Amino acid sequence: MTTTERSSTSTIDWTTRSVSVCGGSVSVLSGGHGAPLLVLPRDNGHPPNHDFLDLLAARSTVYYPWLPGFHASNPEEWEWLTNFRDLAIVTRQLLVALGVDRVNVVGLGFGGWLAAEMATMGHDLFATMTLVAPMGIQPRHDYILDQFLISTESYARAAFANDEAFEAIYGAEPDFDQLESWETDREMTSRVAWKPYMYNPTLARLLAAAPTPTLIVWGSADRVVPQECGELYRSALPNAKLQLFPGAGHALDLEQPTALAASVAAHLNAVRA
Amino acid sequence: MHLMYFTEQPMAAWNPDSAALDEISIGKGRKQRVTALLHSNKYFDPVAGGRLYNERLDEYQLVEEVGFDGIMLNEHHTAPFCMSPRINLFATLLARLTKRVKIVLLGNPLPIWDSPVHLAEELSIIDMISGGRLVSGFVRGGGVENIQANANPLYNRERFEEAHDLVIKAWTQPGPFRWEGKHYQFRVVNPWATPLQKPHPRIWIPGVASKETVIWAAQHRYPYIGLNTNFDLSQKIKDLYIGSAREVGYEPGPENFGQLLQCHVAETEEKAERNAKQFMWMAGEFTGLAHPVWGSPTGYGSRSNRKSLIEIAGGRRPMTVAPPLTQRRLEHTFVWGTPDSVVKQLKHVLENNRVGILALWGNDGNINHEDSMTCIKLLGQEVVPAIRDYAKELGLQSPMEANAPISLDLTPKDQLSPVAV
Repeated sequence: MTTTERSSTSTIDWTTRSVSVCGGSVSVLSGGHGAPLLVLPRDNGHPPNHDFLDLLAARSTVYYPWLPGFHASNPEEWEWLTNFRDLAIVTRQLLVALGVDRVNVVGLGFGGWLAAEMATMGHDLFATMTLVAPMGIQPRHDYILDQFLISTESYARAAFANDEAFEAIYGAEPDFDQLESWETDREMTSRVAWKPYMYNPTLARLLAAAPTPTLIVWGSADRVVPQECGELYRSALPNAKLQLFPGAGHALDLEQPTALAASVAAHLNAVRA
Repeated sequence: MHLMYFTEQPMAAWNPDSAALDEISIGKGRKQRVTALLHSNKYFDPVAGGRLYNERLDEYQLVEEVGFDGIMLNEHHTAPFCMSPRINLFATLLARLTKRVKIVLLGNPLPIWDSPVHLAEELSIIDMISGGRLVSGFVRGGGVENIQANANPLYNRERFEEAHDLVIKAWTQPGPFRWEGKHYQFRVVNPWATPLQKPHPRIWIPGVASKETVIWAAQHRYPYIGLNTNFDLSQKIKDLYIGSAREVGYEPGPENFGQLLQCHVAETEEKAERNAKQFMWMAGEFTGLAHPVWGSPTGYGSRSNRKSLIEIAGGRRPMTVAPPLTQRRLEHTFVWGTPDSVVKQLKHVLENNRVGILALWGNDGNINHEDSMTCIKLLGQEVVPAIRDYAKELGLQSPMEANAPISLDLTPKDQLSPVAV
């Protein structure tokens, strides 16, 4: 186990460990105190700064994995993993390996889709779900932004309402290591979500049997996943509410960490009450 | 020497100004014109298209009349630089419209099609109708080809190799048999049509120097055709091919190598030069202007080449663009002029590259039908005979003249002596 400093301002002791799952290894960042909370990242990985995690860790024990096959997870070990539902099964087995049960989950975009798939696989897996602009359900009127037609940097920029918000996290010109990390992420995304792109046609039907109390949040300026998907998720899930963040983009956790963390806390409190 | 004619079948009626209207963003503050994939097909004119397709057929028939050995065909998708999106369509027409020339497909993009069995059938029919004149090349397809067909670029090479194995089996082993591969599964493989040429048509592999493809071609004993490669690159390809061939037990000769060159001939130097400029019709990029991530999508290229692709896609280094005309002439990747001047230049190419297959790419851009016909006539009457004689002097034989084995699998085992490396 190694200690990892999340950011110079972080007051949380974050540690990274490698966990064996299905013959491969998954790196997991963890820190904080309280009930376990799993955070599932977007398809373009872990950002360099993540105040949102610190805010969550103030009242939860946060587990934040690098998804199998994505950057920093030994991608070569996961070439066999070729569909999204397998990714959900592996992530579920990761929870078993971590020894956490009835975990709260916050899924960010692609990670939100992952959480939703996992929720269809057992009623008692999650105590609560917070889905932040998740992919996974096909929009009826528009399309999920196709990253394969644009550069990895353009795709990362599209997750923010504007360039200033992107550059506050990644800088004006991300370095080669960041570009390479995104390239690795994109390779795994190609493997599990190439076709159909970023949705599972059967997911909405399966979610009907997922009673997990769920908060769905969406930025009104999301340029990656159409806002209509928020309503589709809300009507597919039997126990869900939808909250809009005016003016925010897809990467809500990076643009408005404090407001989003407060929404998560309120959701957890409401379920606990 | 096998001498063949090639054209990309350009949409000569296309207006280059239309590309300016299809500018796309390729990152913060950077825009680029595109002439492929997202370049709208509203700029396609089917009336002109009908005329151009028929003009090409007339040109191909003249190619046979004037004495070429073969006609090389290719295909591309969603771009005006190539009007042929299904190579087998023109091959079928030529199977009937011509009587003597080889129909050389360079090639069918294996990974983008979901049914190699269907492909094996189509090729067999072309081979039968043509009386056994098919040379069936295969390619991986460019990034744009893969994206437009929604074929996952990550599996491009795996699909290429598996589809190839399935086509060969469908051609050579009696059906029915079952195929349970990684990318293709068929309950019953039993195509009624099989090739006239036995065991199967020759296979040639074209490319622009992807190392893995050169090695794969050498390991299968398939001739490798360099597409507009300059002397340095052609030599590197040759060295890699020869090393890989020796490892599996044979010594390659000129019959294992081919070269495609842009080559335009006219009655005067001035006219040839004027038309040569048409080969630069897409701002110097003859495969069309595209976003770098379309040309080489994630997973399409080898990991060893990844650093430069990441930097290009991220706008950290400029895209590779085709060299200007003057450089192409100096590098002998493009020869133009009167027949005498072209013969001299081509002789120099043969002395350097020592290939047994030479493809001459005769027209491009909006070179008109009349000038294309003149080019073909002059090539056939004056260039082809001179080059054929010179190739004989140099001992450059085609795979057919050398009676080379069709593949490594079809090489008698006692003729192979692998060299350990």
